[in-house]
Amino acid sequence: MSTETSNQTTIGDWLVLVSENYSPIDFVLIGGHWDKFLKGAVVTLELTFLALLLGGLLSIPLALIRAYQHPLLNGPVWCYTYFFRGTPLLVQTYMIYYGLSQFDFVRESFLWRPILSSAWWCALIAFTLNTSAYTTEFLRGAIVTTPVGEVEAAKASGMTWSTMVRRIILPSSFRRALPAYSNEVIFMLHGSVIASTITLQDILGVGRWLNGRYYVAYEGFMAALVMYVILVFMITRVFKFAENRWLGHLRQRQETLKPAPAGAGGVR
Amino acid sequence: MEALFEYRQSLIDGTIVTIQLALASVVLAILFGLLGAWAKLSRNRIAQKSADLYTTLIRGAPDLVLMLLFFYGGQKLIIDLGDWSGLWGYVEIHQFTAGAVTIGIIFGAYMTETFRGAILAVPRGQIEAGMAYGMFKLQIFTRIIWPQMVQYALPGFTNNWLVLIKSTALVSVIGLQDVVYNAFVAGRSVRQLFTFMFAVLVIYLILTAISDMGLRWLDRKYSAGVRRA
Repeated sequence: MSTETSNQTTIGDWLVLVSENYSPIDFVLIGGHWDKFLKGAVVTLELTFLALLLGGLLSIPLALIRAYQHPLLNGPVWCYTYFFRGTPLLVQTYMIYYGLSQFDFVRESFLWRPILSSAWWCALIAFTLNTSAYTTEFLRGAIVTTPVGEVEAAKASGMTWSTMVRRIILPSSFRRALPAYSNEVIFMLHGSVIASTITLQDILGVGRWLNGRYYVAYEGFMAALVMYVILVFMITRVFKFAENRWLGHLRQRQETLKPAPAGAGGVR
Repeated sequence: MEALFEYRQSLIDGTIVTIQLALASVVLAILFGLLGAWAKLSRNRIAQKSADLYTTLIRGAPDLVLMLLFFYGGQKLIIDLGDWSGLWGYVEIHQFTAGAVTIGIIFGAYMTETFRGAILAVPRGQIEAGMAYGMFKLQIFTRIIWPQMVQYALPGFTNNWLVLIKSTALVSVIGLQDVVYNAFVAGRSVRQLFTFMFAVLVIYLILTAISDMGLRWLDRKYSAGVRRA
């Protein structure tokens, strides 16, 4: 860490010197821990996409229950989505990770050691329940707005209810829910930073570790910020492609003035 | 349940901090949003581009990362600037300030889009009429644009506000004693974190329900004279 340089400085030494002493951000320090950040990215992506997958699967039956107003289950499912959509993900995660150990029966159950005492699993459970609540509601919206003609055609062809749901209603709803879902994917990626508050080493977790370890103020957070922005950019690109591929038939021929976007949602 | 009652004062104090923080943040968000919308609609290329950069960057970044960066990095930046200019010595940013500024900046980006759409929805002819009467730009804004854009902006604003309330929970991570922080401390000391966290969730639901009522009232007020089928 000395600022003295010998006569035989290599370019590498010089870079370290400039980075440590003159640049406001020590790039070499970040670069030196690229493997940790990569591992952090793996944790972030694992949690995000597993939660989206499980939450997505869970939301299909729940959305059908809400859309067709099942006499017994509609109420409980509404309560679930209202509760999880109306409260902060941070508190939900705390409740599952720190809270469940309050109950003796949880600590004594067979699930305690492998799953419920692990931060990773608790984060996954919280994220899954959260994303599933949001997905249920916009999938319900897509199912309810299925064009009547498609349903009538299915009925006229003599399809049973389950065949109709499987072949007509769900595929058509999925397509129309795609734009809302791309938002949900980004929100889930943003929400996954909460994993770092329950000791997990995701991207932000590594950033916080780096700042604490080397007693610096910017480096870890800046590196994390850049990685998240890049990931969001990549996800947006993938969804643009998917929308062109599967929603091409819904695009308006003439671009008309679109109304203002409904607003935020990026924060849980 | 007895533990909740025992710590009620701490929970109430925390809730008040949460509400204060949410209100301070939303005022900042409205200011940043109006500024951003003005920049996006202005004919100045530089203003347009910087507003675009602002909204894209903020919406790409997770809120907690920005909050930690502003709180720890911002502190260091201000101290370094003081060192460099010699104008001030050690300064400490309060968690409340850092939280309100961060949330204000984040939601300012979302408000920018909401307000931009709302301003565009005000008929152009009315603004021209204002100009024809010789009104100043500020007068056109306060007398013609604002009263009408509120009505168009309210649905988006409502959405943003409901999300904003929830995002205030994050300030507990930087140590502000809001409802989450106080409940966490209390819950840990009596080993009943589930009960306390559940109570916090219910408090958030109550805050949401109350603001929903308030915003409905605003919506009725500002949509006077609009025919609804």
